[in-house]
Amino acid sequence: MAKVEQRRGVSDEALREFFREMLLIRRFEEKVEERFRAGELPGFLHVAIGQEAVAVGVCRALADGDVIASTHRAHGHTLAKGTHPNELMAELYGKLEGCSHGYGGSMHLYDVERGNLGANAVVGGGLPAIVGAALAFKFRGEPRVAVAFFGDGATNIGTFHESLNLAQLWGVPAVFVCEDNHWAESTPESQHSPIRDLSKRAEAFGMKSMKVDGQDVEEVNKVALRALKHARDGKGPVFLLCETQRLVGHYIGDPQVYRDKDELHRLQETADPIELLREKLGLSDAEYEALEREVQDLVDASVDFAKAGTDPKPEDALKNVYA
Amino acid sequence: MPELSYREAVRDALSQAMRNDEDVFIMGEDIAEMGGSMGVTQGMLEEFGPDRVRNTPISEMAIVGSGIGAAMQGMRPVVEVMYEDFLTISMEQIVNQAAKHRYMSGGQLKVPLTIRTQGGAGWSPGAQHAQQVEAWFVGVPGLKVVFASTPSDVRGLLWSAIYDDNPVIFFEHRTLYGLKEEVPEEIEPIPIGQARVHREGEDVTVVATGRLVHEALAAAEDAEQQGVSVEVVDPRTLQPLDEDAIVASVKRTNRCVVAHEAVTRMGFGAEVAAVVQHQAFDWLDAPVERVGAKFTPLPFAPVMEDYVVPHSKDVLEAIMATVGRDGGS
Repeated sequence: MAKVEQRRGVSDEALREFFREMLLIRRFEEKVEERFRAGELPGFLHVAIGQEAVAVGVCRALADGDVIASTHRAHGHTLAKGTHPNELMAELYGKLEGCSHGYGGSMHLYDVERGNLGANAVVGGGLPAIVGAALAFKFRGEPRVAVAFFGDGATNIGTFHESLNLAQLWGVPAVFVCEDNHWAESTPESQHSPIRDLSKRAEAFGMKSMKVDGQDVEEVNKVALRALKHARDGKGPVFLLCETQRLVGHYIGDPQVYRDKDELHRLQETADPIELLREKLGLSDAEYEALEREVQDLVDASVDFAKAGTDPKPEDALKNVYA
Repeated sequence: MPELSYREAVRDALSQAMRNDEDVFIMGEDIAEMGGSMGVTQGMLEEFGPDRVRNTPISEMAIVGSGIGAAMQGMRPVVEVMYEDFLTISMEQIVNQAAKHRYMSGGQLKVPLTIRTQGGAGWSPGAQHAQQVEAWFVGVPGLKVVFASTPSDVRGLLWSAIYDDNPVIFFEHRTLYGLKEEVPEEIEPIPIGQARVHREGEDVTVVATGRLVHEALAAAEDAEQQGVSVEVVDPRTLQPLDEDAIVASVKRTNRCVVAHEAVTRMGFGAEVAAVVQHQAFDWLDAPVERVGAKFTPLPFAPVMEDYVVPHSKDVLEAIMATVGRDGGS
């Protein structure tokens, strides 16, 4: 296990915990897909299969008090930021016990107590508020960092550029985590960006950028810790480019007619962050199966919890419009 | 009682809030050294420093959006969008983000953000610097909308907007900045959602906003000369709307005119007309008359601009139409 010996910074125990969490996200997403196809889940859903290492690697680097803004592909970030699978699943079932009490749904997952300021269904929509949250931390001299997740597609929208510019200009403690999965829905990066290295966009604002293999949770965690320290130490924001892979469609049911199937299968075989970590950790079959049972039980229980949850009254729709 | 201009009244509310509360700060384009394109924030940089009087890049999405983020952390930012025309650029952040965070989170979040902006015709800036777009925001649940027409109102309402726990779009009218009025020694917060009756009358109620409040008051004087007694009501806040005050007035006068500078079509006056016809139908002696801009972009040439936007003579015509139709004076 030469690879294990070479590791620095992340303990074996921590890595196993990361593994458990990534497996939880994977099994959760598979269950969501199953229940959606069974017709139990309203709306439409984007699962984060393939991108688990970014969510876990980054969120496990956060300190108490740090905040995140997420994207339409939010289940992984939400679980990794500490929301219980029960509360997440209940939200997907539209129950009052859900993390947004049935008002949000898959694309609007909030858990303010745990620092999740909301998933956003508008690409790039959450970035400016992360600058503002970071500005508030700076105003108050609090050692907190605000973190925005977004995809490569979001680097083409105005909020991205305005937010990075303002964050760097004001030196606020923010980290911009770009989950570069090379697809903006069905549009490949080659059709949406004239440059391949998106960190150049941050560098154009004078922002410090870091790049990491987003399929390697240990690397993501280590680099995220460095990025967060930089921001927390008052040295300014960081652009953290995570090279990742969406191993499924854009949404559940996406036939992916736009995607080369051989290439997708190759990625599923070679770039699955969970398989890569399993190999790195050298987990025995018994250890793996024990973890598998543990997370599967959690996921199954979350469905039971959600189904037993409370439906909002129709007129509850009139609440929470104003504070 | 001190006399303040509308401009000074805005500045006074901002300054007093910032003196009392470290959570209040202002940001926007050219608001620091320059004191804002309308001079509203002149002198504030010297008093409060560049952290709390923050010049921003020309980035309306980030100006509004970072205000949202700071507000969600419990601060009370007041952001300035230089012209209300530029609200279009920040529309996504206002409509999808500021207005909806509380709702989408099931009540977990508050967004106590004030977005100050100004507009209005009368000085020939052309089609992109003087529109009146307040009605667009009244249709967005989660937003409050204020449009103050006098110095005392703008001061008391801005204070309430800053201390409201919801996002407030706060409209000022460019041509009113020099208007003076005696104001209370101490700021008296004016509740959001409370209309002001500027002038009592018996024959017709004019519900007017912004500059048209003053046009309506002038029209009321003219109507008085012709024996028609006019009541002028300024809702001051468009959302929430003080329906009770408007309906009560119409039930006394039995006639109603709505007047604003924005285009008549789908304007705020249409909503007022609907409220009045529904809640005071049996009291109405005439159809509700609407006064607003003609359905064009704002033209440049002064003669055309003057033709497009409404003036007191247009309000007077509408007043006389309501009394003419029932054979009154």
